[in-house]
Amino acid sequence: MYKPLPEFEYYRPRTLKEALELLDRYKEGAKILAGGTDLLVKMKKGLLKPHVIIDISLIDDLKFIGESDGSLVIGATTTLSDVESSDLVRKKAPVLAEAVAEMGSLQVRNRGTIGGNLCNASPAADTAPPLLVLDAQCEIMSSKERRLIHIQDFFVGPGLTILKPEEMLTRIFVPISAAKRGMSFIKLGRRNAFTLSVVSAACAVKVNETGEIEDVKLALGAVAPTPIRVREVEEKLKGIRITEKASIEKVLEGVKDVVKPISDVRASATYRREMSYVIARRSLEMAIKRCLDRS
Amino acid sequence: MQGRTIKLIVNGKLYELMVGYHVQPWHTLAFTLREKLGLTGTKVGCDRGECGACTVLIDGRPALSCITLTVECDGKRIETIEGLHNPMTGGLHPLQEAFIECGGFQCGFCTPGAIMMAKALLEENPSPSLDDIREAMSGVLCRCTGYIPIFKSIIEASRKMKKGGGCREL
Repeated sequence: MYKPLPEFEYYRPRTLKEALELLDRYKEGAKILAGGTDLLVKMKKGLLKPHVIIDISLIDDLKFIGESDGSLVIGATTTLSDVESSDLVRKKAPVLAEAVAEMGSLQVRNRGTIGGNLCNASPAADTAPPLLVLDAQCEIMSSKERRLIHIQDFFVGPGLTILKPEEMLTRIFVPISAAKRGMSFIKLGRRNAFTLSVVSAACAVKVNETGEIEDVKLALGAVAPTPIRVREVEEKLKGIRITEKASIEKVLEGVKDVVKPISDVRASATYRREMSYVIARRSLEMAIKRCLDRS
Repeated sequence: MQGRTIKLIVNGKLYELMVGYHVQPWHTLAFTLREKLGLTGTKVGCDRGECGACTVLIDGRPALSCITLTVECDGKRIETIEGLHNPMTGGLHPLQEAFIECGGFQCGFCTPGAIMMAKALLEENPSPSLDDIREAMSGVLCRCTGYIPIFKSIIEASRKMKKGGGCREL
């Protein structure tokens, strides 16, 4: 009846310093536990067998949402529920709240964390497309150094991040833009709730006074080895009038050449390729509408 | 962590569990509740965080006990289905009454999880809309009822719990 978890040593450091020292000591032998909604599931499936688990959920420095120097700052162990319901996030980075609201279920969001979602690095991670269009930065720390990297460099492959064994993701910085952008996140799954993304898209767009797309950022999830920004398509969209639907659609079709989807239990590569265009288009349309509603 | 004692407050009662003796770090909360504390009301459906049958409240918020380690719950308040009735009178919680009256369960396996989820919903939102209920209950899968009897039970419970509660839509 029960899927037994493999045996492990369990540590629950109360400070970041302690946690980083433990990581230094155990390196690849240890796995970080925050909410457990990915780690424990993988361990039950036999995909991971860490000798050591470092539970970072009690470290206050990692669980917060704030503002600093023109950026929204989110601690890595902030639960998805707290991200979704945060007034700051809803106001300054609404596309992130929109994406988180559709992740897992309420029970999962009460335990799962934004840092965990990123570090699990599923190509279908739902916090990734919003953070990609927001040009977020990831703060990574070890006991010896601290570095800041752009979210697009954080993911290296399916389930793989740029983190070294002694490193941990600590905070996410989201630059707050004064520009009147419209943003959206669209998720396609096998059902309407409690489902992994088959294709997801996030878009941030600014339409100028003459009705042209001045700036656009478009990110797709679950259609490549990592979540991706489709910069080639973004460039070609700039300058097009929003009334020229045919031109916009023609450019957007280009995403089909950029994505590298696979066939898996959830969908075929062909379906994902076709849907990458449809979901990208819906996301752009919604973002444009919201941009116009703002002005 | 062996030799350390953790404290769980389950349905208002304090349990002190020694790690390495009463409980191991790799025991899930669902396992401990059922096998060590004898609280078998919480059910294990998928045991991998996908069905919601194991839903309990941790510090008032719904969580999946099958993917929560017992040791993670040190110092936390856990509420399970066994804690709903009135211990003084033996009377059932309005949610339990409503599920019985409205046919909110058939096999009953998802029911403890569904009721705990509903309890959290009604505590936060005493007069939920049908959409609110659907949203909240989307994390508990039911193979028997088709969900409508569950929604009706929750609406009936909200009527019992709050004057003016209930939902016009059903």
